[in-house]
Amino acid sequence: MSTAAISPRYCPGERVKVRAAYPPGHVRTPFYIRGHSGVVERLCGNYPNPEELAYARPGLPAQPLYRVRFLQRDVWPDYAGQPADSVDVEIYQHWLEPA
Amino acid sequence: MAHAHHDHHDHDHPHPTRPDQDDRLTYYQTMEIAVRELLVEKGILTADQIRRQVEDMDNRTPLRGAKVVARAWTDPAYKARLLAEGNPALEEIGLDRGPYRLVVVENTPAVHNVIVCTLCSCYPRWLLGLPPDWYKSRNYRSRVVREPRSVLREFGLDLRDDVTVRVHDSTADMRYLVLPARPAGTEGWSEEQLAALVTRDTMIGVAVPRPANP
Repeated sequence: MSTAAISPRYCPGERVKVRAAYPPGHVRTPFYIRGHSGVVERLCGNYPNPEELAYARPGLPAQPLYRVRFLQRDVWPDYAGQPADSVDVEIYQHWLEPA
Repeated sequence: MAHAHHDHHDHDHPHPTRPDQDDRLTYYQTMEIAVRELLVEKGILTADQIRRQVEDMDNRTPLRGAKVVARAWTDPAYKARLLAEGNPALEEIGLDRGPYRLVVVENTPAVHNVIVCTLCSCYPRWLLGLPPDWYKSRNYRSRVVREPRSVLREFGLDLRDDVTVRVHDSTADMRYLVLPARPAGTEGWSEEQLAALVTRDTMIGVAVPRPANP
């Protein structure tokens, strides 16, 4: 497989926002997290874009993949747990924008 | 049973029977059989190879994950390597490094981790075997990400308010293992004794290991 990859644009600790986009197809960005802001927990590496892989295309150049940490109270307005509770979600770079 | 039901032939009414569950195939079951038979007929795979692969899959059990956890509990340097980079740490103790990158998340007195795949059923199968049915259910997937404390309470795990809950949604190319906290009262235990406390659910994060089952 080609090692072609897009350069990472975000660093751990940086605030990012998930695009509020709703394209059809095999999208790995959960619906509930779109439009929300969180903090990059780590860069996981570069992975072929699953939205392309699902249609038997190579998915290259590979997309940087991040784990982004969101506070539950930001995601769910009626969240009933504790203020520091969080949800970490894996998001590909093309779904992120600076917050 | 003392009151055995031994007199079937003395009366003429039929007993209700539980229906067989394999007398009708679903669309995808039929498709699987068709593809499998074609692969065998064309000489691409043998029936024995397919059977062996299924057997291998069924032989992967949470015992593998338990071995990793018990080693991490007894060897702080190993634990540090495991948390930094999961896959090489698996190989180090003779386990398959696996087809996906492994992220190990550690439970501490201040943080409790729980794993879900809200989109489907991503799970570290090479380390824990097949996921439980509830892990794949829409109920668990949609609720644990939104009301984790209520869901954990239903599993019998009541977390204190000063413990932060971290849900990890396995949405892409990572797979997750919870490293539970070593229970108090297990000082001096061998790795084998410790591994016996580590169950599947404790490595998903819906339970915590206890020194002895009440």
